Amino acid sequence: MYKLVKPDPSKNLINDKGLRSDGRRPDELRSIKLQVGVLDNADGSAYIEQGKNKIIAGVYGPREIHPKHLIISDRAAIRCRYRMAPFSTDERKHPAPSRREVEISKVIREALEPSVLSEYYPRTVIDIFIEALQCDGGTRCASIVAASLALADAGIPLKELVSSCSVGKVKGHVIVDLYDLEDKYGEADLPIALMPNHNLVTLIQMDGKLSKEEFDKAFNMALEGCRKIRNLQNDALKRKYKLESDTENSKDSKEEVK
Amino acid sequence: MSTTPHSSEILTLECDHIIDLASKGKRIDGRAPMDYRKIKIQTGIIEKANGSAQVDIGQTKVIVGVKIEAGTPFPDTPNEGVQTVNAEFTPLAHPTFELGPPQENSIELSRIVDRNLRESKAIDLTKLSIIPGKKVFVVFIDLNMLDHYGNLIDASTYAALSALLTSKLNKYEVKNDELVIKDDQQPLPMNDYPIPITFAKIGKTLMLDPNIQEENAMSTRLTVGIDNEDCVCAMQKGGLGGFEPSEIESAVETAIQKSKEIRKLIMEATR
Repeated sequence: MYKLVKPDPSKNLINDKGLRSDGRRPDELRSIKLQVGVLDNADGSAYIEQGKNKIIAGVYGPREIHPKHLIISDRAAIRCRYRMAPFSTDERKHPAPSRREVEISKVIREALEPSVLSEYYPRTVIDIFIEALQCDGGTRCASIVAASLALADAGIPLKELVSSCSVGKVKGHVIVDLYDLEDKYGEADLPIALMPNHNLVTLIQMDGKLSKEEFDKAFNMALEGCRKIRNLQNDALKRKYKLESDTENSKDSKEEVK
Repeated sequence: MSTTPHSSEILTLECDHIIDLASKGKRIDGRAPMDYRKIKIQTGIIEKANGSAQVDIGQTKVIVGVKIEAGTPFPDTPNEGVQTVNAEFTPLAHPTFELGPPQENSIELSRIVDRNLRESKAIDLTKLSIIPGKKVFVVFIDLNMLDHYGNLIDASTYAALSALLTSKLNKYEVKNDELVIKDDQQPLPMNDYPIPITFAKIGKTLMLDPNIQEENAMSTRLTVGIDNEDCVCAMQKGGLGGFEPSEIESAVETAIQKSKEIRKLIMEATR
């Protein structure tokens, strides 16, 4: 009998100085770039880059719903699709929807629904399409961050933006915002979505192993991460809407000078 | 694509009643908020399966069969057996269950059960390698809903665990790279016994083990899986509402306590 030996990448996930394999501190997020209003056809859209994650979200609606049997008489239905591009991962992903994508579509919808004032638009549908163009861990969280901005960009009334962040454990250390390698070889992954002003957790999943103490620590770290990302979302939204009005104002003032 | 589910308007009155009761700490079937319905576990009911169990929680009935066959390992775990979970929402179990390919609810259910077993390393997959890199045992865990009266997640996982704990594996030997199955059997190697505990949030009250009327009335659902060492091994939130952080922290605490009771029940039933 022989045994196949494979290298163990988990060895180097955190070094003696407490730094992670990509140089981050345990409580440090990846660099995040957010842009609102990146597509012209969609009623609202947003793009997020979080480390190597590149995800684009588009929103259509409220619009007429087809097929008709999906009508909900006292509120808008919300439809959500999370899809990974075939070229988004190391090995090509088959384009057919996987069970993982079906589940993630559902949990993302359920993470966003509490924030939408869907009772304003009965008998209609709000469609949320999420395309993960490159995936490097934590894509469901990044998708929620982008999709919530896209809903706002579409002018859909929201109670507030939904923010999202994951935490996990590698080599016994609780860390925030796992990237692919940490997700694969770490000991736990805990993605969370939060409506910070309502103090409402709208997504929580977990896999791995965490004691009660570790869970409490990780959970609070995730809430903190969500709050940080929420500030970035606010800035991104202001950037789009402020810039447009600012440039108009500056044009006006220039014309006045002439 | 995932779509907001329908709620029947006929049920709205009943939901209001259940929410009203919940605000007083009461439930429609008279239970206390932290009570489960009666749990009944039967094992070894399907002789042709390697292991099987039926779990009833109140009127909810789920049957699980385990079949173990030789197959190929995943490339990233060449020395380990394979665990696969599939859920069937058979149309006989509820008037809203329809024929056709698996819908998101059954996919979610099977993935929650899978996550509980996989993350706690319940099955010792490292002992299921036959010819490393080429041939391993594949453990098929099929969840069959029979009667849906709420809390399919817990019923399915308890049934899956009971079935696995009573599963038998044929002894074998490898002759010239060929697998030869023998007649005598051994138990399936198990490491852990993860217990999921499901909460429903009705109004502002958390309750355990929602029945089907309570599932219609709940805003949100939270399942917390607890392993042998009282660690959290899996979690899943569902439904259109949310939880306050403090509610989640207390749910984890409750789940740790409650899981001990239920693990004891399952261990006694499968001994």
